[in-house]
Amino acid sequence: MMPHYLDANATEPLRPEAMAAMLDAMATTGNPSSIHRAGRDARRIMEDARESLARGFGGDPADLVFTSGGTEADALAVHALGTNRRIVVGATEHDAIRSAAPNAAILPVDRNGVVDIDRLAAILADGPPALVCVMLANNEAGTIQPIPAIAALCRRFGALLHVDAVQAAGRMPVTLVSDSMAISSHKLGGPAGVGALLLSAEHSHITPLIRGGGQERGRRGGTPPVAIIAGFAAAARIAAADGARDRLGALRDSIERAALAQGAIVCGAGAPRLANTTCIALPNVRADAQVIALDIDGISVSAGSACSSGKVAASHVLQAMGLGTLAGQAIRVSLPWNATTADVEAFADSYARMAGRMRPSGMTNPMADRAA
Amino acid sequence: MSGGVDSSVVAGLLHEAGHEVIGVTLQLYDHGVAVGRKGACCAGQDIHDARRVADRLGIAHYVIDAEDRFRQSVIANFADSYAAGETPVPCVRCNQSVKFHDLTVLARDLGAERLATGHYVRRIDGPNGAELHRAIDAERDQSWFLFATTRSQLDGCLFPLGAMPDKRAVRGVAERLGLMVADKPDSQDICFVPSGTYIDTVAKLRPDAVAAGDIVTADGTVVGQHDGIARFTVGQGKRLGQAAMLSGQRQMVVATEPGTRRVVIGPRGAAGTDRVSLREVNWLIDPPTTSLRCRVKLRAREEPHWADVTPTPEGAAVHLDMPALPAPGQACVFYDGDRVLGGGFIQRPDA
Repeated sequence: MMPHYLDANATEPLRPEAMAAMLDAMATTGNPSSIHRAGRDARRIMEDARESLARGFGGDPADLVFTSGGTEADALAVHALGTNRRIVVGATEHDAIRSAAPNAAILPVDRNGVVDIDRLAAILADGPPALVCVMLANNEAGTIQPIPAIAALCRRFGALLHVDAVQAAGRMPVTLVSDSMAISSHKLGGPAGVGALLLSAEHSHITPLIRGGGQERGRRGGTPPVAIIAGFAAAARIAAADGARDRLGALRDSIERAALAQGAIVCGAGAPRLANTTCIALPNVRADAQVIALDIDGISVSAGSACSSGKVAASHVLQAMGLGTLAGQAIRVSLPWNATTADVEAFADSYARMAGRMRPSGMTNPMADRAA
Repeated sequence: MSGGVDSSVVAGLLHEAGHEVIGVTLQLYDHGVAVGRKGACCAGQDIHDARRVADRLGIAHYVIDAEDRFRQSVIANFADSYAAGETPVPCVRCNQSVKFHDLTVLARDLGAERLATGHYVRRIDGPNGAELHRAIDAERDQSWFLFATTRSQLDGCLFPLGAMPDKRAVRGVAERLGLMVADKPDSQDICFVPSGTYIDTVAKLRPDAVAAGDIVTADGTVVGQHDGIARFTVGQGKRLGQAAMLSGQRQMVVATEPGTRRVVIGPRGAAGTDRVSLREVNWLIDPPTTSLRCRVKLRAREEPHWADVTPTPEGAAVHLDMPALPAPGQACVFYDGDRVLGGGFIQRPDA
């Protein structure tokens, strides 16, 4: 059975250019902090990568801090910029933000997952200085937030803005217009284990989460993983250049047509979305059963956020979008950079079979058919 | 796949026989909450073990969130049953809802042909379809707990362990297949009470079932106090305090009364009844039109009694040859030798 990987928002397949860059870098011995030749060689690879990434995302290389990934970049931003500020987070933010700011005020979203700008203005107009955290693109529905408008509003009220651009980076043009921005390597076709926090010039000096040996100009301790940093930068360069957006958008539309034909509902389709992402609810059919049925046919998709048990919890994102019970009946299909029409056809076949089997089933609402 | 040795061996044997096996583990309750440790993962070690067994076998494995369903149809029923003056059997409720109902539906949804479990029972194909029989290993037999499985559910089920001579043989298979759960201890009685006692669980949901009340004799004379009817079951002699011995006669519980919160006691040996009425009866044969001569088991572990069982509009009326001590809420299961014919839940005499 041919596997069809349609879960790019969990992790993208590694781009060959990233692998090549890593293999090269891995052959280099050296710690970028060392003063000798080996250290200089490692440092050159790392700084080339830093400059390339900063250029790609509109930041200053001096203010790009490598981290272990998106989660750490988000945590570092909340820690560094949120001290002595009240924190406001979008209702559909990733857990990386939600757990870093557990007591934050929640900014509601509309049915398409777009944050309520008027509500944000009201929150910011009243109260002490704030740190606002809003993601650029949502991991489950793909919703793109109006970051320029939010940034302008934050400036007007003296609030700081952190943008989690983890799902957007590599999939659409992304430029730093906020006080900080998190990006992640493996969501754009690089290796997992590295990400970055880009800082605006006003915030280049931040208090670290991990002090260690003062690496990253004192903003993140620990020896940087040079090889995977090289892979990160290579993947970002290729992602920016490969122009896959229109191609993926067309494939995504085919996926949605196939699902709609089976009575599915596309969640959040009324707002700008990532071209590779769609969130499809099949009314009255449990999301986990859908994911399993598709997986048995070799098609990898996801639903909600899986905890370490593998148990799928109903999605807080879709609940915040007001989808009610549909939140537990939606799957996410996210096309990787190398998705093909064969993937889409396989999905359409399997989805139709699954919907045909499951639609009338009792699994939909066990309590309605309680065994005597 | 619970993560224990039994269901792991079932998966292993079916995989070895060449079937396409899909492992499913039900997440029945939040482990972190159950053990009362803040921040602990929702998944217990058992789920991890089930996944590792599936990894070892090279089969697909999924965790299904059945927490809500389990809370509503098993745990709430467990507490309500105590509060109603009964002694529940949560394993039967779980089998008839979360396990054999929901998983049968899931299997069908996924296009699977059979649902296999690690229960110690035998499914035998007879002239009128699938029959449920006791396991070869009488020590391990779980047929009493599966009486509520419907005939159509049974038709889709496989129970490979029913034919095993004993648990040692099952562990032997696990060893041969290289499953790390081969030496794992057997699970405890009530899975959702991993620490503390079942009383804590009942108290949280039905405080009325653990509220103090009177211990009375059959004529209503108050002879002592108790700390909650949920702590008592018919036939019990413990926890009666001074009322345990009256006029030189050892006493035992003959009933618990939810409304008045009274525990009624009587002399040990003297009490008993030969009439039992059942509700929610499930037949694994064509329901008899007249009375059926068979043997019945009123408890999971006891010798069967000879009886005549007659279907009624509410369920069934059981006429025992010899008086016994049926505990309301427990199951009464009908047997013809090793074959399960059906069963139902024991009603309170006043119901």
